[in-house]
Amino acid sequence: MIRDITLGQYYPGESPIHRLDARTKIIATILYIIELFVVNNFWGFLIAAAALFAVIAVSRVPVKFIFRGLTAVFIIIAFTFIINLFMVDGRVLWHWRFLTITYEGVSRAFFMAVRLVLLIIGSSMMTLTTKPIELTDGLEKLFKPFSLIGLPSHEIALMMTIALRFIPTLMEETDKIIKAQEARGADFESGNLFQRAKSLIPILIPLFISSFRIAQDLALAMEARCYHGGSGRTRMNEIHFAKGDAVAAVLMVLFLAVIIASRYIPVLYK
Amino acid sequence: MSIEVKDLRYVYSPGLPGETVALDGVSFEVHDGETIGIIGHTGSGKSTLLQHLNGLLKPASGDVYVDGQCITDGSVKLVEIRRKVGLVFQYPEYQLFEETVAKDVAFGPRNTGLSEEKIETRVKASLALVGLNYDEIGDSSPFELSGGQKRRVAIAGVIAMEPSVLILDEPTAGLDPSAHREILSMIELIREKMGIIIIFVSHNMADVAALSDRIIVMDGGKIAMEGTPQEVFSHEKELSAMGLGVPPVREIMTKITAALPEIESNALTADEAATDIKKVINIPKRDN
Repeated sequence: MIRDITLGQYYPGESPIHRLDARTKIIATILYIIELFVVNNFWGFLIAAAALFAVIAVSRVPVKFIFRGLTAVFIIIAFTFIINLFMVDGRVLWHWRFLTITYEGVSRAFFMAVRLVLLIIGSSMMTLTTKPIELTDGLEKLFKPFSLIGLPSHEIALMMTIALRFIPTLMEETDKIIKAQEARGADFESGNLFQRAKSLIPILIPLFISSFRIAQDLALAMEARCYHGGSGRTRMNEIHFAKGDAVAAVLMVLFLAVIIASRYIPVLYK
Repeated sequence: MSIEVKDLRYVYSPGLPGETVALDGVSFEVHDGETIGIIGHTGSGKSTLLQHLNGLLKPASGDVYVDGQCITDGSVKLVEIRRKVGLVFQYPEYQLFEETVAKDVAFGPRNTGLSEEKIETRVKASLALVGLNYDEIGDSSPFELSGGQKRRVAIAGVIAMEPSVLILDEPTAGLDPSAHREILSMIELIREKMGIIIIFVSHNMADVAALSDRIIVMDGGKIAMEGTPQEVFSHEKELSAMGLGVPPVREIMTKITAALPEIESNALTADEAATDIKKVINIPKRDN
């Protein structure tokens, strides 16, 4: 169950998307997220979704694999959908006691849900096609200019690297502890909310202890290899922009233009 | 009490890029009072197999019968299976979480819904069985103990459920020689006192030879060999091809018998070796 979450995971591959510079992918993702909020009608979403599926097709990451990771966030999306559905004022479509659905509510709820789904798939495309190390290297380079105003770019990148690196380790650890406690007859699935919360203690305490142990080992290993922070550090593999990145940049600008233009496509009905 | 495993098959992350067949057509039987040693290279499916025996993993196909009852078809309550089949994981000391040793050992029995008095007697009995004194350490925090003691507390936590089958996954991994010896004699004591089925995984061939009635050799998710320690360890070549070996005593005795053909021995333990050597060597009486 806990292994089914694919958010933030890397899917190894050799596609043109995988080969892009991490910085290109980070900028593209941020731009895509902004564009999702620029979009204001059905056509815009259709174009945005088509572009995203084109990227997925080029990346050769199985769609099934992406959607598996999405099931975990489905609850949040459903929640936003329902809230929007009932909370927006406007022309009444349906009414029962205190519940009212309006025409505006339906379209808002629908747009919000689509926006969230695209947003999550879009950002997971970045992590799926970029190795965590490349991702943080890219972030560090992008943050570099801000170090002039005192932003610790290297430290932020290191923190992210460690966090990403240890997600699978901690998941494995959690899985092991859950099984060990289940072997002692622990039950995590029945009882009321209070009992269930209490049944998590036998998992959380060993997990905390493990993470402290892991953190200590990691700090020791880093010190043993003379880690002393970011200044003066060089890398074995420098990242470079390549031809693919230029192509991606052109496509990004074109896409931005199309999205802005899509705001002016007349809507079929209003 | 018996365990029967029939044609077990298990696949990790089916349909994903990391798909691996961990178990493929594994069948065996364990009878009352037997001690079974499981050996195999890392990744040969030992741990996966153990987790099927108390229903932590559901097989892709095949069945597991505990005491004649099928535990894989969903007809038995899981808590009931886990009470019958106690599983001690690798490095079990990492699962300790309570404030005191006594409370931690009581976690299992409490989950099975026993009365407080019964829990108390069980905690005392199981701590005694693993060689710890309840009055001495019952009220101390499990995190203050030494590595070997922590592990014994964790094992006591499983024994306290009074299982009919005790499964131990590498019970001596990462311990110093004295803690190692303590765990081994603890296993012998449990076998003697409780008379239950014990199944254990170990990479220490000497331990496996000394403790098991029967050995199961796993390789690539299949059972490669099965038999008494004598039978299994007579296949030295096949074992080393699987990345395994024979007990050090057997290795030494192979060399000795090659150099001195008058000694006949297929000893697996130091005591057996000593007896075989004594048979042919006449020690001249020493003059004072």
